[in-house]
Amino acid sequence: MAKLNLLLLAVLVACAIGLVSSQHKARKLFSELEREQNRARDLDIEYGRLQLEASTWGLHSRVEKIATGTLRLRTPEPRRVRIVTPGAAR
Amino acid sequence: MNAATQGLVRLPVWRARFVLAALLAAFWVLGVRSLYLQALQTDFLQEKGDARYSRLIEVPATRGRILDRNGEALAVSTPVKSVWAIPADAELSGAERRKLASLLALERNELGKKLADTSRDFVYLKRQVSPDIAESVEALGLKGIYQHREYRRYYPGGEVTAHVIGFTGVDDDGQEGIELAHQASLGGKPGSRRVIKDRLGRIVEDVESIREAQDGRDLTLSIDSKIQNLAFGALKTAVAQHHAKAGAIIALDVRTGEVLALANVPSYNPNNRAHLSGAQLRNRVITDLFEPGSTLKPFTLALAIERGKLTPATLVQTAPGHLTIADYTIHDTHPGGTLSAAQVLQKSSNVGMAKIALSMPREALWDLFRRVGFGTAPQLGFPGEATGKLRHYRSWRPIEQATMAYGMGISVSLVQLAHAYTVFARDGELVPLSLVKTGTAASGVKLLSTETARAMRAMLELAVQPGGTGPRARIMGWRVAGKTGTAHKQENGGYAPDKFVASFVGFAPASAPRVVVAVMVDEPSAGEHYGGIVAAPVFAQVTQGALRMMGVPHDAPLEPLETPAEGEEAKENT
Repeated sequence: MAKLNLLLLAVLVACAIGLVSSQHKARKLFSELEREQNRARDLDIEYGRLQLEASTWGLHSRVEKIATGTLRLRTPEPRRVRIVTPGAAR
Repeated sequence: MNAATQGLVRLPVWRARFVLAALLAAFWVLGVRSLYLQALQTDFLQEKGDARYSRLIEVPATRGRILDRNGEALAVSTPVKSVWAIPADAELSGAERRKLASLLALERNELGKKLADTSRDFVYLKRQVSPDIAESVEALGLKGIYQHREYRRYYPGGEVTAHVIGFTGVDDDGQEGIELAHQASLGGKPGSRRVIKDRLGRIVEDVESIREAQDGRDLTLSIDSKIQNLAFGALKTAVAQHHAKAGAIIALDVRTGEVLALANVPSYNPNNRAHLSGAQLRNRVITDLFEPGSTLKPFTLALAIERGKLTPATLVQTAPGHLTIADYTIHDTHPGGTLSAAQVLQKSSNVGMAKIALSMPREALWDLFRRVGFGTAPQLGFPGEATGKLRHYRSWRPIEQATMAYGMGISVSLVQLAHAYTVFARDGELVPLSLVKTGTAASGVKLLSTETARAMRAMLELAVQPGGTGPRARIMGWRVAGKTGTAHKQENGGYAPDKFVASFVGFAPASAPRVVVAVMVDEPSAGEHYGGIVAAPVFAQVTQGALRMMGVPHDAPLEPLETPAEGEEAKENT
């Protein structure tokens, strides 16, 4: 009887330690998940900001100014443009 | 002595009983108390316990982005910080106050006033602060000063797209334009969840999700920002050049009914709305009504052809240049004699048009106007769409039937006018308009026969040839068709003699139309006020650019356009 009790005590202690450690592990993993989720959100925000920046740099008025001013580009004369439609190309 | 010891040993029985009863009573009290706490008050106590470590936190949701048809961002929300305070907790020294005020760009006494009211638990010091300023504020480490995250909307397109997109308020809710119209799908719904936090404030366990956060959905508009930019630029230049009060322009895709560009002048910068006037905010394309004048003539003529009253070659007597009905006289400023129906349109003769209109029953005219969309909201899903004014034919006087034929006594918005012209551009079909990208060819309601629509296209093409009223609308490489309009503005119940609305509505290429463009310039006052001179060049510039960007094949020889000699250009009458 005493032997069985001792054995059960040992099992109980082992279970208790297991519970504590798995709880600890779960919390660690969870905080990692939380961190990654925050990172994902931050990256999404960053993406929005970059998209905004891209739009600002690529503003048509700005592109046009640089193209005609600095790069001296101009719209080709209509007679020098050939419009090709897919399928109808000869 | 003996008696005394005897007395000590022999205690009365009731004392033992008394102690026993007292102890039992104490246990009983404990039992009842524990029953009370464990069973009856358990919810309250559980809650109190949870409050020590579990927290309800908000899960933020972002507002959806607005993109143009090619995926370019037109409106994006990015997080900013709002700085707030608990006045009772904020005990700041003079130096700290000065620093905080200068960082937040507040007046010192303004800051003092906000912090003075200690009865309040929450006072915004400044909303929508940029992240770097927020960081510096945080670095000060002030007691009682807190921050929380908010979203601010940015519009990279600025004034170019201002009227289409609209803007959001300080709480990131739509206030104008598309932002308001699509608030339900763009706006995110923040969620909340219960978590367990440890001593250091880190989240260690997710207990339950109370509400999932729902991010707003992205919205792809039908607007092409390249065409939009071109349209806005051309309109702005024209408005400045002709010292006009305002201007509006809209471009439609004929096949899909999508709005490719929609711009107004004057505009505003939606990113900085400090000094806004009502005139800047007005989306004239959609909310402003005007008497269209001659741009309405093609509908009258189309009806006459549809009813078999005449063909483009039928002769109409317009001499002597005026026509009196009851006590009102219709004038032609440039009398034309006997003209064919096509020439009546080309020269824009009011007398000719009135005669054609009077040859038909008035309800037929009313019915066509109504069916092409005048007098009903265009259903773009835009806030504040004007319905226009089209009175029932039973209340028309005879003279009104004549004047309505050339666009007087009826008021429409520019979007209605452009929409109505899709009937000619699409072989007689009226397509529903859309501000959201559909990308698929739309099917419409057939209002005119294909033959009538084709005949109208040919006649409208004549109207922009030398000898017509709008030769400046022509572009090299593509055939265009369209109609000019010059109408007196209504003022105090009558027509102002010196205030005009110049307009042009047309489409191209005439052989197989792809775009409809409508331009309206309000009160041009730099000498010229004719639609053919003020509005037609804007049409030409925008149409040419749009066709090039859409890759539409040429349908006309690439030869320079001969410019009409001075005075040879026909001037329209209304």
